[in-house]
Order: sequence, then C-alpha cells, then structure tokens
Amino acid sequence: MSKKILIADDEQNIVISIEFLLRREGFEVLIAGDGEEALAKVRAEKPDLVLLDVMMPKMNGFDVCQAMRADPELSATRILMLTAKGRDTEVSKGLGLGADGYMTKPFSTKELLAEVRKLLEM
Amino acid sequence: MHRRILAGDRLIAAFLTGCALFNYPLLSLFDRPTEVFDMPVLYAYIFAAWALVIALMAWAVERPFK
Amino acid sequence: MLEAPVVIAASLLYLGLLFAAAWWGDRRADQGRSIIANPTIYALSMAVYCTTWTFYGSVGRAAVSGIGFLPVYLGPTLVMSLGWIVLLKMIRIVKANRITSIADFISSRYGKSHGLGGLVTIIAVVGIIPYIALQLKAVSSTVSLLLSYPEIVMPHRSATIPVVADLSFYIALILAAFTIVFGTRHLDATERHEGMVAAIALESGVKLVAFLAVGIFVTYGIYDGFGDIFDHAAAQPQLQHLMTATPSGTGYSSWFSLIILSGLAVLFLPRQFQVAVVENVNEAHLKRAVWLFPLYLLLINIFVLPIALGGLMHFAGQGVDADTFVLTLPMSQRQEGLVLLVFVGGLSAATGMVIVETIALSTMVCNDLVMPMLLRHKRAALDESKDVSGLLLNIRRGAIVAILLLGYLYFRLAGEAYALVAIGLISFSAVAQFAPALIGGMYWRGGTRGGALAGLSAGFAVWGYTLLLPSFAKSGWLPGDFLTQGLFGVELLRPQQLFGLTGLDGISHCLFWSFLANIGAYVGVSLVRPPMVAEATQATLFVDALSESGQGGAVLWRGRAQVNDLQELVGRFLGPARAQTAFAAFARRQGGSGSSGSSGDGRPEADAKLVQFAESLLAGAIGSASARVMVASVAKEEPLSIEEVMHILDEASQLRTYSRELERKSRELTAATLELQAANERLQELDRVKDDIMSSVTHELRTPLTSIRAFSELLRDDPKMHLADRERFLGLIVGETERLTRLINQTLDLAKIESGRADWNGCELDLKEVIEQSIAAISQLVREKEAHVEVDLPDNLPLILADRDRLIQVMLNLLSNAVKFLKPGSGRIRVTLALLADGLEVGVADNGPGIRPEDQQLVFEKFRQVGDTMTAKPSGTGLGLPISRRIVEHFGGRLWVESVAGEGATFRFTLPFAVVQQPAAVVPEAGTGGSLS
Repeated sequence: MSKKILIADDEQNIVISIEFLLRREGFEVLIAGDGEEALAKVRAEKPDLVLLDVMMPKMNGFDVCQAMRADPELSATRILMLTAKGRDTEVSKGLGLGADGYMTKPFSTKELLAEVRKLLEM
Repeated sequence: MHRRILAGDRLIAAFLTGCALFNYPLLSLFDRPTEVFDMPVLYAYIFAAWALVIALMAWAVERPFK
Repeated sequence: MLEAPVVIAASLLYLGLLFAAAWWGDRRADQGRSIIANPTIYALSMAVYCTTWTFYGSVGRAAVSGIGFLPVYLGPTLVMSLGWIVLLKMIRIVKANRITSIADFISSRYGKSHGLGGLVTIIAVVGIIPYIALQLKAVSSTVSLLLSYPEIVMPHRSATIPVVADLSFYIALILAAFTIVFGTRHLDATERHEGMVAAIALESGVKLVAFLAVGIFVTYGIYDGFGDIFDHAAAQPQLQHLMTATPSGTGYSSWFSLIILSGLAVLFLPRQFQVAVVENVNEAHLKRAVWLFPLYLLLINIFVLPIALGGLMHFAGQGVDADTFVLTLPMSQRQEGLVLLVFVGGLSAATGMVIVETIALSTMVCNDLVMPMLLRHKRAALDESKDVSGLLLNIRRGAIVAILLLGYLYFRLAGEAYALVAIGLISFSAVAQFAPALIGGMYWRGGTRGGALAGLSAGFAVWGYTLLLPSFAKSGWLPGDFLTQGLFGVELLRPQQLFGLTGLDGISHCLFWSFLANIGAYVGVSLVRPPMVAEATQATLFVDALSESGQGGAVLWRGRAQVNDLQELVGRFLGPARAQTAFAAFARRQGGSGSSGSSGDGRPEADAKLVQFAESLLAGAIGSASARVMVASVAKEEPLSIEEVMHILDEASQLRTYSRELERKSRELTAATLELQAANERLQELDRVKDDIMSSVTHELRTPLTSIRAFSELLRDDPKMHLADRERFLGLIVGETERLTRLINQTLDLAKIESGRADWNGCELDLKEVIEQSIAAISQLVREKEAHVEVDLPDNLPLILADRDRLIQVMLNLLSNAVKFLKPGSGRIRVTLALLADGLEVGVADNGPGIRPEDQQLVFEKFRQVGDTMTAKPSGTGLGLPISRRIVEHFGGRLWVESVAGEGATFRFTLPFAVVQQPAAVVPEAGTGGSLS
C-alpha cells in the first residue's frame, strides 16, 4: 500500500511541481490550498505525511501543526514544514510545535524526496 | 527665578512712578485753588496717584505671570 | 456717662483684651499653630508705624499745613515698593545671622563690634525715648479731656496732676508689665514674640476702625459729605492755604525731605525693624505687606483733612487744639460711644508703639550696652555662674521698666514744650542716621567699622546740634541766643542756619547737614584702609545674602574647642535644657556628634561648624558681638588671614557653583539619556520594520525560485518526460522568472520612492488623455478575459500636475488588478473622471469578487495580497498598490478603495489642479461619499 501525502501550500506552481514529483515516486497525493482545508483533509484522510507551508491564508502552518499535535488521533502523522522564511527562529518554532522535519524553500527535489522517505521510514 | 526678576522690575517701576508723581514738578501742576469731584484738586490728585501706585504694587507682586 | 470710672474701666478692659490676644498668640505659637503666620497679620503689624502722632497729630498738622501731613505716609509707600528688594535682603541677613535688633545688625555687619552696637543703641534710645513720652502725653491729654466732659477744656496744665493721680502713669506701668510678660518670656535664639505681634495687629485694626468712624461721623454726620466740607471751607479765606501746597518757598524741599525721612524711618525705627524684619515668620508674607501696608496708610489718612477743616470751622475762635479734633468733635456732638471708641483707638495707637519700641530698645540695651559692660567689668562673675539666662532676662526687664519710666519722666518734664510736640520728626531724623551704615553695609563691601563709627557719630552729632538742641532751646531749656547768635556767638555756627545755609526748614536743614557728615565720614573713613578680616567676612555674608553664593556653607573659623565647653557656655545663657535640645538637634542634622575626633583627655572636640552654631545661638540671646567674645573664651581660635577668609568664601562659592553645575549637567545627562533611549527605540523599530521588509522580500523571492528550481530539476532528472508536461513546466518556469523580474523591479522602485531618490518629471497633464492611453495599453488583457470597459471621461477638465509615466503606471496597476479578478466572459470595468472643488477624481470600478472590509486597508500594505483560495491567489507581487498609493500621494492626492464583498471594488484617486485655486487646499478632501480613509 502506498503512503498517502498531503501537500498544503497556497502557491499553485509549487504544488504542481511537488505533486508531479511525489506521484512519479509512487505516492498517493492530496492537496490543500489553505490552512483550514489542510487540517480538514488531515482529519478526514489521515495521511502518513503532511508537507506544510508556513505562510498560508486562513490558518498558517504553525497553527495547523499545533492543532494536529493536540489531536491524539493524528499522532502518527508526520509533519514536514516547508517555508520560504529560513530564519533560525522559524525553524525552532516549527520543531518546538511538534514538526518532524523542516525544509527551506527553495529546496532540491532530491533532498525533499530523501527527507520524505526518512520521515516515512522507507 | 524669572518671576522674581519681573516682580522686582515692576516694583522698581512702581517706585519710580511714585517718586515722579509725589514730587515737584508734577505736584505743582495740581497746586491750584480749583476743585474736582467736590474736593481741592491737589488733594484729589495725591490720593488718586497714591491709590494708583498701591494698585501697581499689588499688581506687581500678586498677579501671576504667564 | 464718661466719668472717671468708665474711662478707667474702658482702658483696663482694652488692655485686658490685648493681654488675651497676646496670650492666645503665644499659646498658639507654643502649640505650633501660629496665628501670625499670615501675611495680613504681618502687614497689620507693620501699621505700628501709625502712633498717636498719626491718630491725633495728623489732623493737627493738616490744620496748620494742609496736605503737609501726607509725605510722612507717601515715603513709606515708596519704600515698600522697594520692600521686595531691600526688606527681603534684610530679612534674609537677619535670619541667617540670628540678628535681633538694628544695633545688632550694624554691629554684626562691621565685624561684630561692641562699640558700634553701643553707639546705635544710644542713638536709638536718645531718639526714641521722647517719642515714647509723646505717646504717654497723648494718653494723658485725652484722659483729662474726657474727664472734663461734657465741657471741652484744653489740658494745658496736665503737669499739675500728681503722678499718683495720673492715669498715664499707670498705663505706663501696665505696658511695662505687658512688655515684660510677652516680650521676655524666654531668651530665644530668634527673639520672636508671636503673642506681641498678634496684639499689635489687633491694635492696628482697632485704631483704623476708630479713625474711620470719626472720619465718617465728621464728614457725613456733622457735614454733608466731602463736597459740603470743602464748600464751607472754600468760603473761609483763612482756610484757603490748606487747599494748596505750602505757599512758602521751602514747600517742595520740605515735602521732599519728609518723604525721604519717613521712607528711612519706616525701615530703621527700632519698632519697624522689629515687626517687619525680626518678627517676620515667612518672607513670602512680604508680598502682601508690600501693598497692604501702604493701603492701610492711605485709608487712615483719607479723612484727615476733612476732620481738620471741620474742626477749624466748628471750633473757630474757641481755642481748641487741632491735635484734639479727633476726640473733641465727637465730644461736641455728645457722641459718647464714638468718643469712647476714639479714646480706645488712640490708646491702641499709643500702646502699640510703646510696647514694640520698648521691646526693641530693651533688647538693644541688654545686648549692646549692658552685656558688653558685664563682659568687661564683671567677667569673673559671668564665668562662674552656671546659668545666667535669668540674669539676662532680668536685665531686659529692668531695661523695659527703665525705658518706660524715662519716657514718662521726659513727658512730665517736657509737658507742653516744643521739644515734645516736634519729636516725631526729630525721632525720624535720628534713626535716619542708621541709613548710610546699614544700607551701605548691605550693598557695599568696602565699608569698615571705623567708617560706620565715624559716620554714625558725625551724623548723630550734627542731628543733635541742628535739631535736638534747637528744640531744647525752643522749649526754654537752653538760652535762646544760642539759636540766634550761634555757638560761642559765632554766626556761622547758628544751629539752624549752619555755615549760613538758609532757605531750608529745620528738618531739611538737619537732613542735609547730617547726611553730608554721616555719608562723608562713613565713605571717607572706610576708604582709608581696606576692610580687616572680620569686616570682610561679614561684608560678604551681608552683601551676598540674596545671591546663592552668599548663603551659608562657608565655615569661617579655625581653632580648637570642646563640645562640652560650648554646650555649657550656651547653657549658661539659654538655660541648660534648651542648650541640650539645640545641640542634640544640631547633631541630628549633621548626622553625627558634631565633633571631630577628641582631644587628649578623651573629651569630644567640636568642629568649626558646631562652633559657629553655638555662636549663632548665643548671638540670638546676647547679640553677635558678645557672642563672639564668649565663644572666644572657651575656644582657642587660630585667626584666619584675610586671604584665607577670602579663599574659604571663594571655595564655598565655587563649590556651590560647581554643585549647581553638576546638577545642571546631571539634568542634561538625564535628558540626553532619555533622548538616546527614544532614539534607540526608534532605531529598533526601524530595524524591525526593515527586518520585516527583508523577510517579506526574501519570502517573495524564494517562492518563485522554489517553483523554478523544482520544475528545472524535474525536467533535468526525467529526460523522457511527456512533451506536454515538458512544455507546460517550461511555460511555468518562464512565468515565474517574469514574476521574479517584476518583483525585483518593483521592490527597487518602491525603495527609490520611499527613500526620496525617485525621479519625478512633473508637468501639466490632461488626465483624460493619460487614462485613455492606459486603457489602450491594457486592451489586450481585457480582450483575453472577454471583459468590457466603459468610460465616462468629460472633456475640457482643468490640467493637473504629475509625472505622465508614473500616472500611467498607477492606471495600469489599477486596471490590471481589476482585470485579474474578473470572471471570464462577464467582467465589466468602468473608468470615470469627475471634477471636484479643488482637483479631479478618477474611479476604476469592477464587478469582480470585491474586497472584504477588513482587507480594504491591507491591500495597500506591502506584500499583502488578498485572496481566498488557491485559484484566487493573485499572480501579482503585492507591491503594485503600495507603489500606486505613494505616487498619488506624492502629487498631493489620495488613493483608496470602496467595496462591498461580492459586488466588485472601486479604486479611486484624486489629484489637485495644476494651478492651485484655493491656496490652502494642498491635500484635497475625498469628493464622493463612502470615503474609506
């Protein structure tokens, strides 16, 4: 059974590129365009991993991360934060809120895949 | 400080005004046998000038400065 | 009803009232709730200036010389206008140096000289005792007048009354008792008598009320107002001269001399010095006294001339003395109540003067005459006694009794003699002799003890020769030819035409010669040698009393003394308990024992400050000169040289200057620190803003880069990718690079505008033409969206001043924004141009999704794009609107948005006319309703 990954980002082109990449590697891909949609899909679909953009409309990535970690049912879901703001404070804030990994935009597709696989223990 | 200097200056002005009003030759201008307000003009003049000087002094020390 | 028992009872009742007032004042002072700590009471106490010489005598003078009675009150008025300056300085000096009398003041100024203090005391006693006699005479005369009621009999032969039957004798005794009780309760280092001052203020009130009552009675009771009196008087040729200045040639010079003389007297009469300076509890009270005391003088003089004229007309040819009109006019009308009130008023004028004058004189006699003699001749006894405070008090009590008895004696001896009648001005002339030494001492450092002694002696001698002796001669006590022939028959020495000087009245003549001698000797002798150490020290303390550098701080003593010796010494004069209290209080203030180390036998040694403190305590009790002598007896003083004194004073003054400088610096530092803090906060704020912007820019740059890199790697890693995907990805890459380019350009553009380095090519433009050009440029986009553009652009509108390219940039931004959010196919854009009062307004309306109210401000912030869903994610940079707004504002306009969510949005901006029609209207108001600003 293939692993299920949710991409949460409001940048259409980034979603397109990551979606293409992950599908090519055989993952099942879900998409959310804002924070609220992302949280709803996480609860509904229980993906194995969420690629979570920080700067999103309606609910930012930190808030989504915090809400997920507060929900025991979602404890198995891995979270990989993606952000264009690469400052140390942002990184530590994400990790502090319970994210499992952190990548700074722009990232290399190979590194992203490696990180995804690591988090999914593949 | 400023207040005191100003009050002092006003009092000196009142002093000089009084010196002028109460002495020759201003006094001699009113030294004539006529009457104003039913009283001798000299008598009326001195009391009016006196009251004026007192009013000046009161104004100098009592009125707050802006 | 005015029989002897009634008069005596009224007198005693009134004196009882005085005792009660004084007792109450002292009690309140002891409780710390002073009733005299009040500027009005202070001003009223100064009115002790008005004695019976005013109360009865003014009318007498007016009956002879018309307005000639007035200069004696105009002088004090003028001096009080300088009171803020001169009196304030005197008060400061007196408080700083614990000076208790005018003799002490002069003695202290010139190096704490016994000789000077004694001389001043002698002058004061000689000048004042006849004046006290005059008060007793007034009381005596009025009593005998009352006792003959209802007849009006002039008391010419009062001396025939035996002493034991003379009421004024008993009044003198009662006054002595009063003065002893309230003037010598204890030896005080400040020598203040609150109860006495309270009683004096009360007396001032009583005499003013009484005099005004008579004045109103005469003017409106006997006559029909001022006009009536003056009309009647005008009909009498012999009264004409009273309506004008004295007709003789000396009129104005005499007038002028009296103003000067009375002005000096109001400062230097011992009783005036006592109430105005020594008894002053708060120098702020001076403020009200400056005008209230002159006002008192004015009030008490208003009715003088009417009473004089009324009396002269009423008693024409009856031989009634004008000095008694105040009493005899109501007597003639059988106004018994008023008569009694007037009598009490006169009594209050007399007693007030006598009490204060006696206290002041007794302090001077004790401290400046008796103490020095005791120190010289009975030193051993003084040194042996453990507590001489009782002795001191008894000396003062003795002095009080002696002064009052001398006054009474003089009155009995002089009787109706000229020497008594003229004594008011003679007294004034005597105390005026203090002026050069005292005023000179306050303002001139060069005055020396020798100069002051010479000046005072010369002035006093000339006064005695030209004024006092002639008054004796006129009284028949000296051969009259002394006046007409001159001393030893030398004509040039005729006392009232000295060296042949004629044309002046007696007072002016004395004033001129005595001041010439006094000032000449004072200045001349002072200039012979430079001031000695003690003189220079005191000169600095006095002259600089008002400047901050003159206030305390400098310790001008060097030597060795022991605390115990000092305390014992002070205790001998003030009483051991008071000394103990004072020393303990001083130690507490100093935060230590007041000693510095101890001498060989283990007893604490006093530092210079404590020595000075002890001396000032003593000075309050026995005078500054005696205090210096006494302190010297227990302290081994090492004399300071004048250079050292000046050095210490300089140093103290420099220290104060330095500490003021420090204070100023520290204030400046505090202010600078605050400023720095504010600047730092601003900087941090700016930093934060800059950080935010950098962070935003970074974010905005990284986002397209992320897509570009991802697509590029996908293309690189997968050579076999479908052609369709390949082309699609390449297209997206190109689109993202365009976005990057736009972003970079706009960021730089905005940075240029914000930093003020943008180039603006302002020229007069037809806005309609610019709008049409912009619409044309965007028509391709519009066609792609299948939208429709409506325009409503009137012709011939006024020109506006702006940069053409920039305006096109704004229009393109607004139009492309509008197009971007339109639904394909049904979109409509409406562009309008409207005329306002002071400019033009452009509107760009669309029928797109609109902007929620909470977002309507956000769209103008940098990098704040507003969109709901992924599909609505705008493709712009988030800088277009902020840039547009700045451009519009640069040309004096405003840019805002009006929108209802779901019904489209309208962006509007205004621009002012090129030719300003209303100069003030630089920033135009929004023309249409619904402004969002």
